[in-house]
Amino acid sequence: MSKRNPDYDFKWCPGCGDFGVKRAIESALVQRSTEKQESVEHTVMVAGIGCSGNLVHLQEGPQPFGIHGIHGRTLPIAYGIKSGRPDLNVLIVSGDGDFLSIGGEHIGPQAKRNLDVTAVVMDNGVYGLTKGQASPTTEFEAVTPTTPYGKLDDRMSPLETYLSAGVGYLASTLSTQVKQMAELISDAMDHPGFAVVHVQSPCTTYNDTYAALKGNAKEGIEPLAFPIPDDHDPEDFMAAVTLARTGRVPVGLLYRRSDSVPAHERLRAARERVGVKQLSVDEILTGMAI
Amino acid sequence: MSKNLVVRFAGEGGQGVVGGSEILAAAAAQVGYHVQTFATFPSQIKGGPAWGQASISTGPLLSGGDYLDILVALNRYAYDHNVQELREGGIVIYNSEDFELDEGGRAIGIAADQLARESGNPRAANMIVIGAVAELAGMPLSYIEQFVTKRFSRGRPGDEQIIEGNIKALHMGAEACKGSFSLGSPIEDPTPIEGERILIKGFEASSLGAIAAGLDTFIGYPISPATTMLTFMEANLHGDDYFVGQSSSEIESIAAILGAGYAGKRAMTSTAGPGLSLMGEGLGLAWMAEIPLVVANIQRGGPATGLPTKTEQSDLLVSLNPGHGDMSIPVIAPGTVEEAFWAAAAAVNWAERYQGPVILLSEASIAERAEDILKPDLSLVREERRTVSDGSVENRRYEGDGVSPFPVPGGPGAYVANGSEHDEPGDTTHLPDVHVRMTHRRFNKLDVLMDGDYESERTDAPVALMPWGGSKGSARGAYNEIIEEGEDLGWYYTMYLNPLPPALLDELRAKELVIVPELNYLGQFSRVLRSMGVNAQSITQYTGLPFKVGELKSSVREQMRAESGKLARV
Repeated sequence: MSKRNPDYDFKWCPGCGDFGVKRAIESALVQRSTEKQESVEHTVMVAGIGCSGNLVHLQEGPQPFGIHGIHGRTLPIAYGIKSGRPDLNVLIVSGDGDFLSIGGEHIGPQAKRNLDVTAVVMDNGVYGLTKGQASPTTEFEAVTPTTPYGKLDDRMSPLETYLSAGVGYLASTLSTQVKQMAELISDAMDHPGFAVVHVQSPCTTYNDTYAALKGNAKEGIEPLAFPIPDDHDPEDFMAAVTLARTGRVPVGLLYRRSDSVPAHERLRAARERVGVKQLSVDEILTGMAI
Repeated sequence: MSKNLVVRFAGEGGQGVVGGSEILAAAAAQVGYHVQTFATFPSQIKGGPAWGQASISTGPLLSGGDYLDILVALNRYAYDHNVQELREGGIVIYNSEDFELDEGGRAIGIAADQLARESGNPRAANMIVIGAVAELAGMPLSYIEQFVTKRFSRGRPGDEQIIEGNIKALHMGAEACKGSFSLGSPIEDPTPIEGERILIKGFEASSLGAIAAGLDTFIGYPISPATTMLTFMEANLHGDDYFVGQSSSEIESIAAILGAGYAGKRAMTSTAGPGLSLMGEGLGLAWMAEIPLVVANIQRGGPATGLPTKTEQSDLLVSLNPGHGDMSIPVIAPGTVEEAFWAAAAAVNWAERYQGPVILLSEASIAERAEDILKPDLSLVREERRTVSDGSVENRRYEGDGVSPFPVPGGPGAYVANGSEHDEPGDTTHLPDVHVRMTHRRFNKLDVLMDGDYESERTDAPVALMPWGGSKGSARGAYNEIIEEGEDLGWYYTMYLNPLPPALLDELRAKELVIVPELNYLGQFSRVLRSMGVNAQSITQYTGLPFKVGELKSSVREQMRAESGKLARV
């Protein structure tokens, strides 16, 4: 249940990484409201289908608008929202199945348009809500109900995918790093253009990666996650690619495009440059006079 | 003297056959004739059989005409495949640089390209042919001259030479067939038409109707024959209040206009069969989450890629139910170019009023043809807006058993627009009683759309003719002839296919037989009518072309005979 609606009965499993993401988003939205003197109703959360998308119903504190649509279409819905309402702050909450598998085709077009939205992608490396099938980010050779011989497809590298698609702001973090994640989400929302905050958000039921992410010195497990070094220049694209290609999980800001002009600004500037006059329907019809 | 003239320019794609027919129609419209064009071409840029047709009349035109008075054949294939439609006494103008004909004196060869080169403008071949057509049809060349002068008087240097060159070509074409022979009955002079007339194509009419009703967002993906609406919007909407965009797929189109509708905008896309299939899930979301939007579906031949450039009326069933689950999408289908304007305006208003998706169901033959119509009276266009929430019901967006105030992001009443079954605040639920309650709410909302008007004549007749969409014109032609022949037959017609006007449905249920001419194999509209308790039977055609009046008349009379025979046996 949520505080706002006692009848709502969806629950994440105990220990789910998405709890941390929810707290980070709540904190980032409150901070934004205060800093920008903007009501939280100016934020629209566009949710995908899967465990992650249910975040939109569980949000506590001041309530933003939400839309919980169909599988894989958060980005095109966000495109439509921003098309006529660039004043709205659009925050996508999605998962690895929704955003990278069924919705993967939409990343390129929005990156090229430089749509001014922020996507928080909760990556648990599995289809949780349908009970544990392989997702694009499931490890190679992992046995799941749909990969009885072990997964035969290579694991997708989301960070490389985003960078090659042209995503202009890219951060990577862990669901346990709530404070840092909140700062990254705030920063991403301030970025004028397409921003992705990719979060490792483990599924305690089907793909518990907590130990792998933080490592275990006693058992000799090297942590997958590592902080991005202080001397990394986020405006250096090739340095970001190098971090993305480590096969591990860099934590922090990988890339920020410095010359980012968002979609609605491009349109406004183009219209100003071309200066075509808007004719009324009456004038257009009169132009067709016989 | 004759009241009608039908001229077809047949050749290969890229030879200007469509352009030729459109110039002739525009010139005729300018001197006061009623005109209608029709074109058909293959799905390729250059080559392949194509033709354009101009129908010219002293009175209002219901259809493009069954038979040709003049066939312009630019190659042998064009002649072989179109001459069957030439009426007795009709004339063939053929391209003598390409082939030779011996047509017993009713064919005349013209070397249009050579004459065009001689005229000094190699691109004037169409003008040469139009000059020949005018001469043979007994139409004064001055009519075409007026048109050419007006069209090319653009205030640019060189206008005068272009006008002179075209007029020279016109006369050379006329000269080339002077004294050979002519149509038995040349076309009558036009009678002046009252009012402000425009020459407009169907896609322009539906685009402008939507804009007039307040459309502000259009996002589409190129697909024949719906691309023209997208490019028209791109070319005509520039103001700060408008957004027009090309999407990356029809899946993106529907999700994007849904996002715009959710954010308070009046949004639309245009597509055709394959695109509509991809939009099924998105339309379901708009129905479920109660978001206004309009999809203009310009029908072509299906299924799959089907016949991309031909006309058909085979998307009715998928438009009513484009996705899975219980829904009933409102559908408005124009029957003429003029109706395309009003249907689009009504679609935008319906979407706002009931807060959900509406399909504007047009077809290739309407979208692509030009007609002369009276300029629509814009003072009659309504601009409805959804009732916006003032936050007084807090976050309970889905409260009540019908249309309720719509919270717009940025304003009060934050809620979750949800494609999963949901309770009043929009949160997901699986409770049986909520699903029942919300299903009723969604269907109840259709009650506000029962205001569609309809045409009815001879309502006492036990048998009635009821076309839908673009078959209206041919059906009306057939109907008029049947009535003139002394038969009793009712006439019903509406653009509002779902929900049907309730009074119309009552009248149809009382008929012994309702005959539905439609361009599909299944008899889609008659199936729908039968499911509502109307004894409807279809006359179907699925050639990718519209009905011919004469053929349709025979089919209608046959069904009427069969019905009266049945009654006699009882």
